[in-house]
Amino acid sequence: MVNYLATVVVTLKQVVNDPQGLTVKSGLRQLGFDEVEGVRVGKHIEVRLTAEDEKAARTRVSEMCRRLLANHVIEDVRFQVEEQDAQVGASR
Amino acid sequence: MKFGVVVFPGTWSDRDCGQVIEQVLGAEVRYLWHKDRDLQGCDCVILPGGFSYGDYLRCGAIARFSPVMESVVTFAEHGGLVWGICNGFQVLCETGLLPGALIRNEACQFRCEPAHLFVERADLIYTANLDRGAVLEIPISHGEGNYFADPATLSQIEQNGQVVFRYCQPDGLVVPAANPNGSLHNIAGIVNEAGNVLGMMPHPERRAEVELGGEDGLKLFNSVVDAMNDILVAS
Amino acid sequence: MPVTKKKLREVALSEQEYKRVVELLDRQPNDVELGMIGVLWSEHCSYKTSRPLLRRLPSSGSRVLQGPGENAGAIDVGEGWAAVFKIESHNHPSAIEPYQGAATGVGGILRDVAAMGARPVALLDSLRFGPLPESRRLFDGVVSGIGGYGNCVGVPTVGGEVYFEPAYAGNPVVNAMCLGLVPTERLRKARAEGVGNLLLLAGADTGRDGIHGASFASLELDDSSEERRPAVQVGNPFLEKCLIEALQELAESTAVIGIQDLGAAGLTSAVAEAASKAGSGALIDVAEVPRREQGMSPYEVMLSESQERMLLIVKRGRQAEVQKVLERWDLHSAVIGMVTGDGHLDVVEGREQVARVPVDVLTSLCPTRTLEAKPPDHSRYRLDLTEIREEPADPTATLLRLLAHPNLCSRRPVVRQYDHMVGNATVVRPGGDAAMIRINGTQIGIAMTTDGSGRYCELDPYLGAQIAIAEAARNIVATGARPVAITDCLNFGNPDKPDVYWQLEETISGMANACRALDLPIVSGNVSLYNDTDGRSIYPTPVIGMVGVIDDYSKRLEAGFKEDGDFVLLVGVTANDLGGSHYLEVEHGVFAGRPPEVDLLQERAVLEFILAAAAAGLLRSAHDVAEGGMLVALAECCLMSKKGMRGPPLSAGGDLRFDALLFGETQGRFLVSLPSRSMPEIQNLARKHRIEIQMLGMTGGDQLEFEGQFKVSLEEMERAHEGGLG
Repeated sequence: MVNYLATVVVTLKQVVNDPQGLTVKSGLRQLGFDEVEGVRVGKHIEVRLTAEDEKAARTRVSEMCRRLLANHVIEDVRFQVEEQDAQVGASR
Repeated sequence: MKFGVVVFPGTWSDRDCGQVIEQVLGAEVRYLWHKDRDLQGCDCVILPGGFSYGDYLRCGAIARFSPVMESVVTFAEHGGLVWGICNGFQVLCETGLLPGALIRNEACQFRCEPAHLFVERADLIYTANLDRGAVLEIPISHGEGNYFADPATLSQIEQNGQVVFRYCQPDGLVVPAANPNGSLHNIAGIVNEAGNVLGMMPHPERRAEVELGGEDGLKLFNSVVDAMNDILVAS
Repeated sequence: MPVTKKKLREVALSEQEYKRVVELLDRQPNDVELGMIGVLWSEHCSYKTSRPLLRRLPSSGSRVLQGPGENAGAIDVGEGWAAVFKIESHNHPSAIEPYQGAATGVGGILRDVAAMGARPVALLDSLRFGPLPESRRLFDGVVSGIGGYGNCVGVPTVGGEVYFEPAYAGNPVVNAMCLGLVPTERLRKARAEGVGNLLLLAGADTGRDGIHGASFASLELDDSSEERRPAVQVGNPFLEKCLIEALQELAESTAVIGIQDLGAAGLTSAVAEAASKAGSGALIDVAEVPRREQGMSPYEVMLSESQERMLLIVKRGRQAEVQKVLERWDLHSAVIGMVTGDGHLDVVEGREQVARVPVDVLTSLCPTRTLEAKPPDHSRYRLDLTEIREEPADPTATLLRLLAHPNLCSRRPVVRQYDHMVGNATVVRPGGDAAMIRINGTQIGIAMTTDGSGRYCELDPYLGAQIAIAEAARNIVATGARPVAITDCLNFGNPDKPDVYWQLEETISGMANACRALDLPIVSGNVSLYNDTDGRSIYPTPVIGMVGVIDDYSKRLEAGFKEDGDFVLLVGVTANDLGGSHYLEVEHGVFAGRPPEVDLLQERAVLEFILAAAAAGLLRSAHDVAEGGMLVALAECCLMSKKGMRGPPLSAGGDLRFDALLFGETQGRFLVSLPSRSMPEIQNLARKHRIEIQMLGMTGGDQLEFEGQFKVSLEEMERAHEGGLG
């Protein structure tokens, strides 16, 4: 089995109002970042897992996203999976 | 008449619901532990308010996978009364028993204050003792009660008449200024198509005694008790 | 001396204190021992500076079940119930990270109450910041942190206070109070009793959070604070909620001998305290402590301030039944040691001895400090009232400015962020004088308030302290409840400065005096010193958390008027008390003078009069006249009820100044409303109690009006009052 780190990013769908994003945007504007056109606030989730290979890992993470990590009524989800040094994983 | 009140870790309105059921209604209450599957023959299952599993990840997201929820879903599918209040409404949406989702309040702040509700449906077991167009004063207490559904779902809900309560002014006018959290169409509570699963953000169990500010919430509990007693007598 | 200055600075011990340690141990301490002693000898844990002064405060009374020394104090509130309560500061953590600092402050005080076996049922918060808008980030962060934690655990936040003064700009005051309920026979104590009994650590795993937090809180904040600061502790209210529920399930278990919360100085303090109170010893194996992080040293495990942990002293052989309950709530727990009989705290890691210190060296033998006291130079606060005109130019405009003042305006923007109703027991909600919760299943009502005036204490700490207690008592009495006991939080600057130490002495003397006069014991409390930024101290700020009891909450009173056509009376005598008033600040830009005198005998008479009138059912409402004076109090009565009042023109008469009548802050006064039929009885009662009452007018309409003199509409007042926090 190989160690993988899946990085999952969950954001609100474009059609969903994102009051946190709007608040951050106005905050940035107030600080003088006039170039800011839009802000979306989401969640960053790190999942450490073991799998046979990357394909298997991706399948499992995709399943996790579908069942729990994101609510598809309101959220979009994307993720990436990378192989991880076992040592690094263990010391976390 | 027997109420079941589900207890997830992090639930806190369980005791308040229990207090109303036992001390105000004089009915029977069973607390249904999230790890159990037995609904103990309850006539109405309440999913109460709180922060189940800390509301971590998303409100209600983890609670919906509890063993008790499997039984609750089956119970609902067979026409059983399932009443989600606040966090319970969020759990029902996560479970898919009710359409849509509840997202963060527009003001990005928790809101605990009285709200006025316009009653759209008076033909449900939950609202049988009310008149359509009645105005109830029942408080809200949530950080994520902003009702959302995609446009197609929303129009479906409206067409089906699934909206039970809308935030309104004390005079019953449904206007944006009366919306405490940014909910689409001022939605405060909805029901499934069959009419047996109700989800609402306001806390009716907090308005069951004059000493605590009023009895508008008690009207909902009484509707359920009266309707169920009629059914139980009839059967 | 083999110990370096750097090392001593790290553990916040003086060279003298180190010498004392060596004397007491009769050897040099090793690093772990030095760390443990350092943290327990810090001001935060040992109260070494304040302890000699705190002895002056009365702490006993007929209703006191538990005085200072346990996790929290407890009083008998009737029908077999005990109210357990305490207030605590989290000023330093909140200055660094407002959300988490405030949140973990709430978490800590909840555990103190839960450790006594009680179910926490109410929270209050006393907050002070620098002026807005500069302090907006701190203010918003603290408020949402309090809400974030309290709302999640499902304990209502029913009261508190918020003030804004430049003196708190760099160093906010964040004090959290919690009250819990428990049947008296189930009151728990934090005692490590019975040799061989087990120490069970329950709740969160231990990480490197907040190591040296206690020592950090015992030093001034300066530029180096950033780097010295301990890892910010992040609260987990969900875990805490489960911990509270599990402890409630264990409430009747005889397998649990004692419970001790882990707060400042973590395991070291918890075990030392529990062993000290029982006169026992303890053995801890740090290898058995569940960790969140790898590679933690024994030193780090012993000093970690990870949140949401509880130490249970469990009967040997019965740990399984206790752990079963904890597991039901998905809580980790581990037996980490046992009670011993030799009076030592032994720390081992597996088979290796890591530390061995007599328990009393860690606790009672910490040397106290008596410091030099010197009154500060008060010349800048001198006030000559004869130089100030007696009539406000436009009383209506002044009233509106006062109603919009950040210290006096509506707290709705704050209160609506807190769940203040969960528990179905809040019978007087926040916004009035004191909040009240009922004990469900009884008619008992418990009133609670926090009060403290840094402004008055800055001008005269002795008087200011008395005012804090008198005002708290009036707030309780305004609900019809009788004040019973106090928990206090003393927030001061660096006591090494003679003027700060003098303030501390004066404050405690003032408190002691007022407590005795009003028969109010102090059953728990906390001291927070070193509230300085860049050498400047905060105002001396004693915060009084007071608890009162009413046997039948259906007889409670609220501040707002109730009916149209009721008479409105001013109870008490008004004097020329403009010193330190908000009026002088708003109208004349002056913060100066001497705070109002408190005639404690008179104060007591007024309190008894209101209680008697309330008990006899004569009153419809009662409101304390406090900051902003009579007119502001009247406006508040109107705004809370959305009812106006109309009366004949006001005149001062005698030596009384007109501005003092309207806006002076004379103590010992109330506004009451009552039906006209109660007038003869009230007049009799007033004569009997030798209390002056003065008719102001009659409720009704939509404005506050003194005929032919001035008037202002409810709408205008509401706009000013609601907009004050921006």
